[in-house]
Amino acid sequence: MTSKNSSSDDKPVGVIGAGNFGSAVANLLAQHKKVLLYARDEKVIKRILDQRENRGHKMRKAITPTDDMRYIAQQCDVIFPIVPSLHFRSMMRKMAPYLHPYHILIHGTKGLDITLPKDQSIDTVTKLSRKNVKTMSEVMREESVVVRVGCLAGPNLSKELAAKHPAATVVASPFNEVINLGKKLLRNDTFQVYGNNELIGVELAGVLKNIIAIASGALSGMGFGENAKGLLISRGVVEMIHLGRAMGCSPKAFLGVAGIGDLVTTCNSPLSRNFQVGSQLAQGKSLKEILEGMDEVAEGINTIRIMKKCADHYRVRAPITNTLYKVMFEDLTAKQALGYLMRYPLNVDIDFL
Amino acid sequence: MEVLEKKNKNKRYKPILQGIPDWPVYRLSKNRKEFLDEVAQKSFYRIKQLRPTRKQLLDELEATVYREQQRMKRNRWRVDPPDESKFWAKIKEELVALTSKPSEEVDKHIDSILTSIVDRYADEIAGNFKPSSYRFTRELVKFWFGRLLNGARVKKFGAFFRNKYTLRDKIQIVGKVKALRNLARKGTVVMVPTHFSNLDSILIGWVIHSLGLPAFIYGAGLNLFNMKIFAYFMNSLGAYKVDRRKKNLPYLEVLKMYSTIAIRKGAHSLFFPGGTRSRSGMIEKSLKLGLLSTTVEAQRTIYMETPPTEHAQKIFIVPVTLNYHFVLEAPELIDDYLSVKGQDRYFPEEDKYGSWQMIQYMIKFFSKGSNISVSVGKALDVMGNYVDEEGQSLDANGRVIDTRDYFRSNGELAADHQRDDEYTRMLSQRIVEEYHRINRVFASHLVAFVAFEMWQKKHPKLDLFGLLRLPEEELYLDYEEFKQTCKRLRKQISKLKKISKIGMATHMKGKMDLVIKHGLENVGIFHLKRPLLRNKQGQIITQDLNLLYYYHNRLVGYDLEKFII
Repeated sequence: MTSKNSSSDDKPVGVIGAGNFGSAVANLLAQHKKVLLYARDEKVIKRILDQRENRGHKMRKAITPTDDMRYIAQQCDVIFPIVPSLHFRSMMRKMAPYLHPYHILIHGTKGLDITLPKDQSIDTVTKLSRKNVKTMSEVMREESVVVRVGCLAGPNLSKELAAKHPAATVVASPFNEVINLGKKLLRNDTFQVYGNNELIGVELAGVLKNIIAIASGALSGMGFGENAKGLLISRGVVEMIHLGRAMGCSPKAFLGVAGIGDLVTTCNSPLSRNFQVGSQLAQGKSLKEILEGMDEVAEGINTIRIMKKCADHYRVRAPITNTLYKVMFEDLTAKQALGYLMRYPLNVDIDFL
Repeated sequence: MEVLEKKNKNKRYKPILQGIPDWPVYRLSKNRKEFLDEVAQKSFYRIKQLRPTRKQLLDELEATVYREQQRMKRNRWRVDPPDESKFWAKIKEELVALTSKPSEEVDKHIDSILTSIVDRYADEIAGNFKPSSYRFTRELVKFWFGRLLNGARVKKFGAFFRNKYTLRDKIQIVGKVKALRNLARKGTVVMVPTHFSNLDSILIGWVIHSLGLPAFIYGAGLNLFNMKIFAYFMNSLGAYKVDRRKKNLPYLEVLKMYSTIAIRKGAHSLFFPGGTRSRSGMIEKSLKLGLLSTTVEAQRTIYMETPPTEHAQKIFIVPVTLNYHFVLEAPELIDDYLSVKGQDRYFPEEDKYGSWQMIQYMIKFFSKGSNISVSVGKALDVMGNYVDEEGQSLDANGRVIDTRDYFRSNGELAADHQRDDEYTRMLSQRIVEEYHRINRVFASHLVAFVAFEMWQKKHPKLDLFGLLRLPEEELYLDYEEFKQTCKRLRKQISKLKKISKIGMATHMKGKMDLVIKHGLENVGIFHLKRPLLRNKQGQIITQDLNLLYYYHNRLVGYDLEKFII
């Protein structure tokens, strides 16, 4: 176990996905280790090599961009997949042939995966159950032989991380080994790392908070202030917990850094993509218009689509999710939605403890 | 008329190892003393590791003594050794005497107390395999089972001494038998059957023998040893004793160490990972992780002890389901289940059946219909991956993977107990999945499931207990409706079978009337009150709804309920 001078300690760490968060994580890792960063786009690779820049991040020297997944899997024991949930499964399928049981995967994607029967799509299906909906860690296990998996979640706005403002993250995994490794690789003077054994809970906290973030953007887009936000956040936590329970996790994770911590951050941050989606919805833009103006995926949109159908299947009361769904995919306006929520009949403060 | 199994491929298997002296279990018992010393010694160190300070260890020992003395007061069994009270009283005295000892001597004394406890447990757990009594038992069982079978089936004078029928006609073994025999030569097999009846232990012993495998070491519940007839069988089959009353740390550690070391030494093993008989009649949904964890630990230790250039002995987990039409203890089991459901209180395990009832049951069993089938599942490695005939682990796409890699971190093999625990949990989930896959549906399971669910549907407002309180006389089902529902269900089960999510007995094929008849004749066949039968008007009725619920539970967990209208 004491292998300080063994060669494997010098092994690089892999990051899959050179998006905003992927680049930020690569930079964090590069403070301790050599990093191999996978990007699909040749232009991105070239830009990182030539200008040491990507999506506004100044990329550290220890980062080597590559489009060779096999090479990453061969060189690295530890890999951080950070790609949008929509492409996550296909990325895992591509990488799976090169992965071995000694690999450790820690993902940083806050979204859900759905698998549907061949003749169905997310538009036609009316209800979704846990059989169809998977978290990213479950996808990693389903698609590869890797069992030691974990996730990163928490208030990690990429731009603030780049500016080295104090921040924290949670590394969640059933394996203490993975948590300790995550701590060792990520921790620095301005970045604190907490551990949590409830992987699914932490993942869902990170996923579900995006719904509330969109709602928060909508409130702010309508010009409302802090009272409204306080109301939203506290009710939002309750809704997240109910949805989380239906999806099979305990409420504990929702009260930590990855739950409330992340929720408060995203709900207050005009920087967050999900927040922007909400804000533009409130200004009367259609979902299509909003999507055209964005360069990266706002996971919250997909999450609302999926969770609405899960809530229907498990018969969970999820008023915020439901009304947002109607605003996005049906013809309810943000004003009407707010009016509906304010008149919502069931108003017990705390019913989850 | 009995509907016979059409594809009865049961055949005689040659033993894979010729002489008993080659058997791992024999070698273990020959070196019993050294083996037990090793178990005791290693458990001792493990316990000290788990309770590193003097205070913690002392607390643990005091708790152990307290619990043991409580157990003797409340729940004594016939098998308990007569000097039990004396032993624990002495330990208690020694613990009390510690306070007057000078501080530097205390640790030494605590160690010696722990040693004597650990030694005692190791000795109690250990099995005692004797080739002579193994052979004798084997012949005895074969002879008497043969006599019973022939005497009862062929209704002629003198049939008693014929050999027309053998046990093989009574008990069908299906599934991956060849692979199992192969793997038993290549590595160490750990068989993990479902557990429904006390008969399982003997049945599985017979199965192992008839597949030509050397005797396995067994983890058998100590309660079985209360019955003299069982005690005799079990002892001679190489059983070690698992006492579920003892939950104290030293005991559990010794027990696990015993199993770990035996597996590591290559002894094929068997234990019921459900821990205790399924009370509800459902296939186990969650397994006890204690003994299961010994497979993971043994495999990791083997890898760590074997140089990378040499072949490391591999451990194969083989799930097995035992499928019955009838479970003798069903009425008591389901009572237990219903009385504790919802409130997690302890119930003492009592067997209401003595040796005599068991013999009676066996006579009934052999003289009447009611076959048993044993399905042997595909072998898994300790991580739950399927293994091929060569014993290599395969991933979902058929790529060969090295199980050793699961225990590597940072490029090196390392011990990590938390990781082992998590691996054990994953393995247990895989075993449960496999149970459901290899479970073999009998006609009796089908009719019980359909009838109970139909009654449930007819009373949508009643919860389970409300339904069970209904008087049996008021419950009846129209035969035609029942038959149509059975048909629909069988179709669904066939669909599941096609994607290998479940197994189905051959007698489930053909005309539904015959299948239902077979089911009704066999479901809970020897109970005083039959769970399901037809009245004079041809309607389906029940005499005991609780029992029906028990047999119905066998098909719970496949999401079949929604096909009942």
